[in-house]
Amino acid sequence: MSDRAADAAGLGRPRAAAFMAPALLLITAFLVVPALWTLVLGATNYRLTGLAAANPQFVGTGNITEALSDPGFGWSLWLTLLFVLGSAIFGQSLAGLSLAWSLRSAPKVVKAVVETLVLMAWILPSSVVAFLWVAYLSRHGGTLNAILQTPGTDWLIQHPMASIIVFNIWRGTAFSMLLFSAALSAVPPSQMESARLVGAGTLAQLRDVVFPHIRGHVLTNTLLISLWTFNDFTPYLLTAGGPNHATEILPVFIYNRALYGGELGYGSAISFLMLIINLVIALFYVRLLRERR
Amino acid sequence: MTGVPLSSSPIPRRSILIGTVGMAAAALASCDKASSSTSSTSANATSRTVTLSIAANAISGGKSSKEADWFAKYVIPEFIKAQQAKGVTATVSFQPSGVDDEQYKSKLALDLKSKSGADIVSLDGIWVGEFAQAGYIKPLKDVVGSSVTSWEGWSQIPEAVQANAAFDGNTFGIPAGTDGRVLYFNKKLFAQAGLPANWQPTSWTDLISAGEKLATLSGVTPLQIDAGTAMGEATTMQGFLPLLVGAGQQIYANGKWQGNTQAVRDVLTFYQAILAKKLEDSTLQLAAKGRDESFGAFAQGKIGVLAEGDYFWRSVINPNGGDAPMATRDSDVGWAFIPAMAPGKGVGGADYASMSGGGGYFLNPSTPYPQQAWELLTFMSSKAAILARLDGAAQVTARKDVNSEVLSKDPLLSFVSQKVLPLTHYRPGLAVYPQVSLALQQATADVVSGKSPADAATAYQAALVKALGGADQVTTS
Repeated sequence: MSDRAADAAGLGRPRAAAFMAPALLLITAFLVVPALWTLVLGATNYRLTGLAAANPQFVGTGNITEALSDPGFGWSLWLTLLFVLGSAIFGQSLAGLSLAWSLRSAPKVVKAVVETLVLMAWILPSSVVAFLWVAYLSRHGGTLNAILQTPGTDWLIQHPMASIIVFNIWRGTAFSMLLFSAALSAVPPSQMESARLVGAGTLAQLRDVVFPHIRGHVLTNTLLISLWTFNDFTPYLLTAGGPNHATEILPVFIYNRALYGGELGYGSAISFLMLIINLVIALFYVRLLRERR
Repeated sequence: MTGVPLSSSPIPRRSILIGTVGMAAAALASCDKASSSTSSTSANATSRTVTLSIAANAISGGKSSKEADWFAKYVIPEFIKAQQAKGVTATVSFQPSGVDDEQYKSKLALDLKSKSGADIVSLDGIWVGEFAQAGYIKPLKDVVGSSVTSWEGWSQIPEAVQANAAFDGNTFGIPAGTDGRVLYFNKKLFAQAGLPANWQPTSWTDLISAGEKLATLSGVTPLQIDAGTAMGEATTMQGFLPLLVGAGQQIYANGKWQGNTQAVRDVLTFYQAILAKKLEDSTLQLAAKGRDESFGAFAQGKIGVLAEGDYFWRSVINPNGGDAPMATRDSDVGWAFIPAMAPGKGVGGADYASMSGGGGYFLNPSTPYPQQAWELLTFMSSKAAILARLDGAAQVTARKDVNSEVLSKDPLLSFVSQKVLPLTHYRPGLAVYPQVSLALQQATADVVSGKSPADAATAYQAALVKALGGADQVTTS
C-alpha cells in the first residue's frame, strides 16, 4: 500500500531506474568523477612540466595546508569576496532592481531600447567585451579618460579592483533586471495602489509591499549571481590578475598557479576548495529559502 | 505568501553543476598522464601521402611576422615541391600563435601532454629541460633513429648554440640561433637632453644620471628596464639577469643558486632607485600588455633607453615588417653595452654584461611520420632555407656558414656577434630554472609595488627554497 503510494506513476522500480539511468550517468561522468579526480590530483605534486609531470608524487593534504598558509591564497579569497559582494550582491542586484523598477511604467520604446542595451552587455562573447573595455579604459586615448578629462589615467593599473567590479556590474546586470521585471509584474497592483493611497513613499512601497512578494526572487537571484561571479574568469581578460596580483580572484589565481606556473596539483587542491565553497554558498541559500516556507 | 514562479530548488543545483563541470573540464584536461610509449622510428616511413604541421609563436601581421611568412611562403611550398619530385604527396600546415611566450608554452605543454599538437614545435631553449623531464619531447635519436647524427648541419652549429636544444647530454631538436642583450637609446632624445650620440655608460650610476637628464624632457620615460611578472621571462632576461651579472654573480654557479645575496639586493636596490627617481614608468612594468606598450612607446620616441635583445632591433622596431616599426630606426637608434654596476664589477671582472638565449625546432615524439618530420626539420635548417628566412636581413643564426655571409650587413648584429657574444652568459639549462625565473620576476614586481629591496629579497629566497625543495642548493653569501 505504502509502495503504491510512493510509486505514483506506476512504473515500478526497474523501469523507474531505467528512466533515471541516463541522468545519473551524466551526473556521474561530468560531476562526480571529475570532482573526485580533482581531489586525487590535489593530493599530488603534479606539475605541467618537469619530473613531477611524468611521475607525480602523493603529498596527501600537503597542498591544502600549503594553501591555507599561503598569503597569496588568502589575498585571493579576500579579493573574491570583494568582487562577489561589490559586483554581484550589491552591484548587479541593486542595478537590476532599480532598472526593473524604473522601467515598469516607462514607455514601451524606452523600455525595449534600455532592455536591449543591457541584454547586449550580457550576451556578447567575453573576448569581444574584454576588447571593448580595454579600449574604453585605455591610458592612451581611452574613451573614459576622454569623457572624464583625465588623460593618462590607467584605470586597470591605478584602480584595478574597482575597474573589474564596475565591469562585472555592467556585464551581468541583465539577469537581475529580467528576473526582477518578472517578479515585479507579479506584485498585485491593488496592493501598490492602496499603499500609494495611504501616502507611502517609494522606499516604503519597496520595503513593505514589493519586497515581501519578491523575497524568493531576491534569494534565487542572489544565489545565482554570487555563484556565477564567484566562478567568473572574465576579469582575467582585462588584467590577467595584475598589477602584481591586485585582481587575482580565485579562478584567476588557480589559472595563474596551475597553467602559468605549472603547479597543476596545487591548482587542483584550490579548485577543490572552491568547489566546497560553492557548495556551502548554495546550501546556505537553499536553507534560507526553506525557512521562508 | 504567494508562490515563487521560478522554482528555487532545482536551479541552484543546476548552477552548481554548471560551475563544477567547468572545473571538471579543467581537471580532465590535465589528467591523462604521458605514457612512455612512442611510435616506432620507422612508422609510415614509406608512405606516399604525408601530413605534417609546424607550430611556432609567430603570426603573419603580428608577432614574429617574418617567421610566419617564411613558413607560408617558403618552407611549406618548397618542401611540398621537393616531396612531389620524389612522388610523395605532402600536406604541410603552419599553426600560428601570437601571444606571450608563457601562454604559448602552456598551450604547447598541454598539446604535447595529450599526445596531439604539431609535428614540429618551436621551443625556447630554457623550456627544454622541463619538457624533456616530463617526456613531452624525446631525444632525436629516439624519435628518428641514429641517422640524425649524419645531418650535414651539425658541423655548422657551435657548441654553445647546440646547448639551446640539448638537455642532459641529449639533443632534442635543431637550434635556430642565439642572441645578445644591449641598451637601445633614442639619439634624438639624447641630443635634446645634451647626451652624446656615442653614449656608453660604464656604471649603473652613469645609467641613472643619463636617465635624470632625459627626465627633463616632457612626455618622455627615461628608462625601460623590464620588471614585474606581467613581462614574464623578459623581466629576467632583459632586466634582472644582466644586472645580476653586472653585480658580479651568475644566478647559478658551482651547483648553487643565488638566494638573498648582496648581488641580488644590489639589483633590487637599483630597480628601487630608478623607480624612486621616477626614471621609469611603473605602469608599463605592471600592465598586462606592458612589454608591447613599451615597444610602441620606444618606436614613437617616448622612451629614452630600453634594454632588449637583438630581437627588438630585428623584429620589433624594424621598419620592414616589425611589430612596432620605427621608420627612423637606422638614423635615430643607438646601442650600448649594458654596464656592470661599476667598472670591473661584473662576473670575472668584466666591465659590461649581457645574457644570451635562443630556441629551436623540436620533433613531437607522437608524430605519426617521424622520418618525414625529420626531413622537414632538416629542410628548414638548411643553409638555403635560413637564407630565405632572413631575406636579406641579419640575425645570429645557428649556422656558421650563414652567419659569415649575413652578420656583417647589419651594424647592430655585427656589434652583437663581435662584441657582445664574447662576454655574454647563458641561463642554466635546468628544469627548475623557469620557477626560479618566476621568483625573480615576483621580486622585481614587489619592488615596483613598493616593497623594500631587503623584504623582496627575503621573499624571493623563500620562493627559491620552495621551488628547489630545500635550501642546500642556495647560497646566501
